[in-house]
Amino acid sequence: MEKTQSKEIKQRAIIKSSEMDPRFKYEISKIPGAEKIMLCFQCGTCTADCPIARFNDFYRPRKLIRMTQLGLKDRLLSNDVIWLCSTCFTCVDHCPQDVGIANIVRALRNLTVKGGRMPVVYKDLASNILKTGYAYVIPDLRLKRREEKGLPKLPKANLESIAKLFDITGLSKTLEKVRT
Amino acid sequence: MPESKYLLFLGCIIPYRISSYEISARKVFDKLGVELVDIPEFNCCGFPLDPVNHDVMLTLAARNLCLAEQQKINIMTLCNGCFSILNQVNKELKEDKKIREKVNGYLKEIGMEFKGTTTVKHLIHVLAQDVGFEKIKNTVKNPLSQLQVAQFSGCHVVRPAKHVGFDDPENPKTLKNLIRVTGAKCLDYMEETECCGAPIIGVDDKISLQLAREKLDHIRAVGAQAMITICPFCHMMFDLNQPRIERAFNEKFSIPALHYPQLLGLAMGINPEELALKDLRVDASKLLSLL
Repeated sequence: MEKTQSKEIKQRAIIKSSEMDPRFKYEISKIPGAEKIMLCFQCGTCTADCPIARFNDFYRPRKLIRMTQLGLKDRLLSNDVIWLCSTCFTCVDHCPQDVGIANIVRALRNLTVKGGRMPVVYKDLASNILKTGYAYVIPDLRLKRREEKGLPKLPKANLESIAKLFDITGLSKTLEKVRT
Repeated sequence: MPESKYLLFLGCIIPYRISSYEISARKVFDKLGVELVDIPEFNCCGFPLDPVNHDVMLTLAARNLCLAEQQKINIMTLCNGCFSILNQVNKELKEDKKIREKVNGYLKEIGMEFKGTTTVKHLIHVLAQDVGFEKIKNTVKNPLSQLQVAQFSGCHVVRPAKHVGFDDPENPKTLKNLIRVTGAKCLDYMEETECCGAPIIGVDDKISLQLAREKLDHIRAVGAQAMITICPFCHMMFDLNQPRIERAFNEKFSIPALHYPQLLGLAMGINPEELALKDLRVDASKLLSLL
C-alpha cells in the first residue's frame, strides 16, 4: 500500500515547472474554434462520451485539454495520441462549458504538422489532393468504368489553383520538411 | 433558386470506391423529378486536410462554394464529411467577417471571391425538407413491408449541433422516418449515435474496425436484415470492410449495408441491377429474395 502510494506521488511529481509554458493556452485560444480553452473545468464529460476512449487506454480528451492549459507543449506536440480523435463532435455537443474540444485537438494537430510531424496517411491525402484535386488517386480503369455505367465523366480539377492555395497557406513548405 | 435543382457535390470517395451510391442516388432523384447538375472543376471538399492545416481546408472548401455561387445553384452532397465541411465553412464565412476577409485574401490569388450566395444541403435534408415525405410516399410502388433494417445516419450530418441545426443528434429520427416511408421496419439498437470508426482508418485500423464491429454486433442482436447508410465513409466501414472485420474478430456477420437511395429505389420498383446492388461487397441477394 505504502509502495503504491509513493509510486503515485512520484508519478504526480513528474511534471516539472520548467516544462510548462504559461503562454501556450493563450496561443491556442487565438485559433478559431479553440477560444474557450480556459473554461474547461475538467468535468470529464468529453472522455466519458468519447467512442475512441472506450477502445484506447491513452486517448483522453480531458487530459489533452488539461495538458494544454498547463502548457505542456512539447509533450502534446510529440504525442501520437492526438491523431486518434475521430472528429465525431460528441464532445463538442456534450461539453457543459462549450469548450470545442475537437477544435482544440485540431489546433494541436495543426501545430504538430507545422513542427514537421504528421501521420503518413495525412501526408498521402495532401499529396493526392495536390496531384489530382481529389483525396485519392482514382485509377483510369475506374474512370472508364464510370462511363460504362452511364455516369458522367468526372471533371478534371483545377490543379493550378490548388497548387497556388497550398503555396499561399504555407502547406507546400510544411510538406517539404515533414517527417511521418 | 429553384428548389428542384441541385449542384451535385460528389466528393472523392464516391468516384474512388463507392459509385453504387452515386448510381442509385441519380436514379432516385430522377424519379422524384429533381434535377442534379454536375460541378465543373470541383476539388476535395477540404475535410481530410483540416487536421493538417486549417487554412488549406478553409480555402479548398471556399473554392468549391465559389463554384456553386458562379452556377447560382445550391449544393447537395451525398457524403456527411463533404456536407459538414462545406456547410460549416459556408456559415463561418457568411457570419464572420474576419475569417471571410482572410479567406478572400487567399482566393483573390486564384481569381475568386466568396460572396455568400449559396446554401449547402445533404441528400437527407433535400429528401426530408425539400422533396418532402408526401411526395416520396407517392413514388413508392412496392412497399418493403417484409424488411426490417437498422439505420445509421453517421455523425457529421447532425453534429456539431451548433453548425448543423438539423434533427436531434442524440436521437436522430429523419432517416428512420425516410426508411418507414419505404414500408420497411426500422429497428432501434444500442449505441445508434456512435461513430462508425472511418475517420481514423489509416491512423489506427484496430480501433476503427472495433467501432464498426461493435455496431454490426448491436445490429445483429436486434435482428436487422440490413443496415441503411447515407454516408460513403460509414458505408465503407460496414460494406467494404465487413470481410476484414469478420477476419480480424473471427466472426461472421453477413449483414448487407445499403445506401438509402438503394432502399428507396427498390420501393419505387426500380430494378436492383439499375441500383447497383450487385456492386456491394456484402451479398444482398438473400435480402432481395425476401421482396
